[in-house]
Amino acid sequence: MLNYIWLIPLFPLIGFLINGFFGKRISKNTVGYIACGAVGLSFIVAVLSFISLLQLTPEHRVFEKILYTWIDSGSFRAEVGFQLDPLSAIMILVVSGVGFVIHIYSTGYMHDDEGYPRYFSYLNLFTFSMLLLVLANNFLLMFIGWEGVGLCSYLLIGFWFEKKSASDAGKKAFVVNRIGDFGFILAIMLIFVTFGTIDFTEVFHAASDKSHMGIITTTTFTAITLLLFVGAVGKSAQIPLYTWLPDAMEGPTPVSALIHAATMVTAGVYMVARCNILYMLAPISMTVVAGVGAATAIYAASIGLVQNDIKRVLAYSTVSQLGYMFLACGVGAFTAGIFHLMTHAFFKACLFLGSGSVIHAMGGEQDMRKMGGLRAHMPRTYWTFVIASLAIAGIPPFAGFFSKDEILWKALTQGNILLWGIGALAAFMTAFYMFRLIFMTFWGESRVEEEVAKHLHESPGNMTFPLIILAFLSIIGGFVGIPLIKGWNKIDEFLSPVFGGHGAGEAVHHSVSLELGMMMVSIVIALAGIFLAYRMYIIAPGIPERLTERHQIAYRVILNKYYIDEIYDALIVRPIKNGANFLWKGFDVVVVDGTVNGAAYLVEQWSKVMRVIQSGYVRNYAFSMIIGLVIIFLFFM
Amino acid sequence: MLLTLITFIPMIGIGLILCINRENKELIKKIAFVTALIGFLVSMKLFFDFSPNTHIMQFTENKEWIKSFGISYHIGIDGISLFLVILTTFLTAISILASWEITKRLKEYMISMLFLETGMIGVFVSLDLFLFYIFWEVMLIPMYFLIGVWGGPRRIYAAVKFFIYTMTGSVLMFIAILMLYFINGKTTGEYTFDLLKIYQLPIPVHLQLWLFLAFGLAFAIKVPMFPFHTWLPDAHVEAPTAGSVILAGVLLKMGTYGFIRFSLPLFPNASHYFVPLISWLAIIGIIYGALVAMVQDDLKKLVAYSSVSHLGFVMLGIFAFNTQGMEGGILQMINHGLSTGALFLIVGMIYERRHTRMISDFGGLSKQIPVFAVFFMIITLSSIGLPGLNGFIGEFLILLGTFKSNILYAVLATSGIIFAAVYMLWMFQRVMFNKLSNPENLKLKDLSKREIAILVPIILLIILIGVYPKPFLSRMSASVENLLATVNGVNEKKIMVQHSVSETTELTEKNKKQTAIAFRR
Repeated sequence: MLNYIWLIPLFPLIGFLINGFFGKRISKNTVGYIACGAVGLSFIVAVLSFISLLQLTPEHRVFEKILYTWIDSGSFRAEVGFQLDPLSAIMILVVSGVGFVIHIYSTGYMHDDEGYPRYFSYLNLFTFSMLLLVLANNFLLMFIGWEGVGLCSYLLIGFWFEKKSASDAGKKAFVVNRIGDFGFILAIMLIFVTFGTIDFTEVFHAASDKSHMGIITTTTFTAITLLLFVGAVGKSAQIPLYTWLPDAMEGPTPVSALIHAATMVTAGVYMVARCNILYMLAPISMTVVAGVGAATAIYAASIGLVQNDIKRVLAYSTVSQLGYMFLACGVGAFTAGIFHLMTHAFFKACLFLGSGSVIHAMGGEQDMRKMGGLRAHMPRTYWTFVIASLAIAGIPPFAGFFSKDEILWKALTQGNILLWGIGALAAFMTAFYMFRLIFMTFWGESRVEEEVAKHLHESPGNMTFPLIILAFLSIIGGFVGIPLIKGWNKIDEFLSPVFGGHGAGEAVHHSVSLELGMMMVSIVIALAGIFLAYRMYIIAPGIPERLTERHQIAYRVILNKYYIDEIYDALIVRPIKNGANFLWKGFDVVVVDGTVNGAAYLVEQWSKVMRVIQSGYVRNYAFSMIIGLVIIFLFFM
Repeated sequence: MLLTLITFIPMIGIGLILCINRENKELIKKIAFVTALIGFLVSMKLFFDFSPNTHIMQFTENKEWIKSFGISYHIGIDGISLFLVILTTFLTAISILASWEITKRLKEYMISMLFLETGMIGVFVSLDLFLFYIFWEVMLIPMYFLIGVWGGPRRIYAAVKFFIYTMTGSVLMFIAILMLYFINGKTTGEYTFDLLKIYQLPIPVHLQLWLFLAFGLAFAIKVPMFPFHTWLPDAHVEAPTAGSVILAGVLLKMGTYGFIRFSLPLFPNASHYFVPLISWLAIIGIIYGALVAMVQDDLKKLVAYSSVSHLGFVMLGIFAFNTQGMEGGILQMINHGLSTGALFLIVGMIYERRHTRMISDFGGLSKQIPVFAVFFMIITLSSIGLPGLNGFIGEFLILLGTFKSNILYAVLATSGIIFAAVYMLWMFQRVMFNKLSNPENLKLKDLSKREIAILVPIILLIILIGVYPKPFLSRMSASVENLLATVNGVNEKKIMVQHSVSETTELTEKNKKQTAIAFRR
């Protein structure tokens, strides 16, 4: 089966081409079948490949399939080749699996949209690009997928392009991602100049070899990894390039679930994990990754505390959770990072699809202040939402508990107490804002407008079925990584060939009792967050209002997302625009054209003067001769 | 004979058109198009028969022309000019098809187009300096008329500006050509304009510097390099669509081609000496062009300024003096011809319908004309350099080559890819997205079959080069390696070592190759 891994990205590409070219001429149902079928086939091949991979012994679980040489220029070579190893295996399962579920959901959610075929062709193109990204065997091919998913994100955020806010958000996403890509592409060039190749296997092999000999300096590794991280920061929406992701919620909700929560935004984490060998050789970069991750985790969580738009809460939550994943990578716990990436894909996709179900029922309303009491109307959405929220809050035995606890534990043992403290505080906030969301949306008095209330309904089966699947995964997803009991941490075992010894961090031995104790602490933190939300929004609903009144300024600052967008606009966007205008109107028109036209003008004026002299009258010529004679005469006097 | 045939096929077409009554417009159009199409098909034979294994000129023809002055009709192509010839025949056919709606003086128009084609091909195939100069100047005339007769309201100003700018450069170049002729005559005793013979001539360094400047100015204006670029926006804005396509697609390439064919091999020391100057001007051009493009309100001006930016990349790649930079630069010449040519076609199509090019007059067109939107989107993405499409391969190789020779240049130039996304996507958003608010735009009709036929071949090439650039890169590599050996060879001889960065990079590259091979094991 491994020889056919190239089929995995190929199916969605075919789906894209069919729906892209003929989507308008075939029926909506056919479009849906083709799109879902393409991703479904990918998922089947992915599962089969995964099984084939498991049959190999752990140290042989790397398979490369090269299709053809893509670029060949002098000593530079880039291939179109795919690589399947435990890391990419997990990624293709998540991408095609969650992708398939969300495709099905979309057939219901987008059913009445006139851009139906366009939507599904974009979604297939996205799946293709994402699979290319995770299956690529070299940096440049990965970059195709990397920019490809960015393109699809742009197209899908701006899917309802008639809305200015949507088309603005799409453009913003692309441009901010390009800033990240600036770093990524410089990193690729530096990698080539350093190693003479951009093939993953060769680069990583050379890196681990050469470092022992000391040929490549730590500075080089630091430069490469930091540049790569710039790319990751852009794609995975970390400080300071996170601003595009909340705006990306302008896109259809299934898109937010698939692209802006479950898969694309995790590409940065995948890339850092993929390059773990390089990062381990650059301690400074590791510190930066951990620091940025921790800072983003708490920063975004704090914004999530006060947002009133149901999708924005989830968006900031995503930014925050991505921060956790980077925190894990930064302390060397790559396995924990990927583990959380996987569980997050399950519960966050479930949350987004659930919010989509709510928005669908509410006729497009996204403001939680206008919701309330919805659990009676949509029980399936409610229960799946609660399960996913328990998962993200870190309540055992749901999936998020295992992965988040693993990260916090590693932050403490391999990082320091400060990183753990930040992570724990962010976990508290997570539990709080998630249950604030549940209480505001599903509990309490209904604040729904009358007109909308009449139409409240549970979503159709093709939308609730995916919710149930994802909720189920949010329950069991964590069991692949149960700590402490020998042989139960399957994911750690499975990924260890990729992350070598350092992924697991076996070197550090701590007492089992400490780990159990810390586990209790994180459970208590999560419960405290839930309880606080319960108290503030159910028992004594007046508290939030009094709090905001007492802390007006702080509330405004956080509600307005610390005014970062405005600051960027004033410090970067405007100066560049004004500068560009000056260059055009000041330099091009005045200086350059002024010189050119000035030269022409001088020639013209000069010839006008000369024309006067050449009047054709003999008397004038005689006069000038006399003047000339006088001048000569005077000169020789 | 093949090259002569390709060069002068348009002349046969002109002969036929001359015999037709000017009122018989359909026939004139058809003959012009069929001529251009035949020209293109015949030139494809060059592509398939071209041997990629040698750098020696192929399809050469060499006949004495004016013996007493050592002028010969010497033509031929290598892996560098091959693509420019095909690009010319391709874009001419496309441009003629795009000129179907021209009514004013159609006969003269088609004659000018075909005449222009001969001139352009002549420039790319000439291996005799005198012959080259004739084609170089001849080509100006039809272009001057295309802008001056079929152009927009300020066409006379633009045509004269174009003409004077270009002439200023060419005059100096002609003097330099004469100097080469006499130096060669004095040194070898043979007075000849034959380029391949003059290649062998060792020119004293101080003379090289002056000659490089004289040639360089002519080429730099044509490229156009900052700060000689201000003729371009005016010329583009006023030129008819086909004129803009040819101007951007082919004429600008004559500047970069000139550097590759003449400046580099003839004046290698001077070329090295001027690397910092050219590179900095190229980088300024990349960023400056992008920034100024961003704030344009006229679509054609925006595309024109984007050309300044893109051609900056090409120049930077060429002057990196290594394989990736040079191959990337040449590939990017083709890419720019395709994507910017296509952008001008797109703008022309919208202009034909609405008679305006102001961005603010549009908005929300995607809804009204979805097929147009798809083409526009792909071309925009190609221009942005999206991986998987043609522009990326060229830009990446250029940046990689630059990175190898000077990291600072590469970092600065790479920032250009961010700005490219900004100005193109912002433009696209303002034209195609948002609400359709201008009622005039409700009357817009989507692309006709002819218009789709114009764009489809370009799109196919855009994707082909992006996914499988091998047929292109492999054909140019032998010529590029030979050129680089000539240019970088001087360093090894230590005639002038002031700016010999590339030698060391080449050496380290060799080392890396070996280590890389070692790792593969």
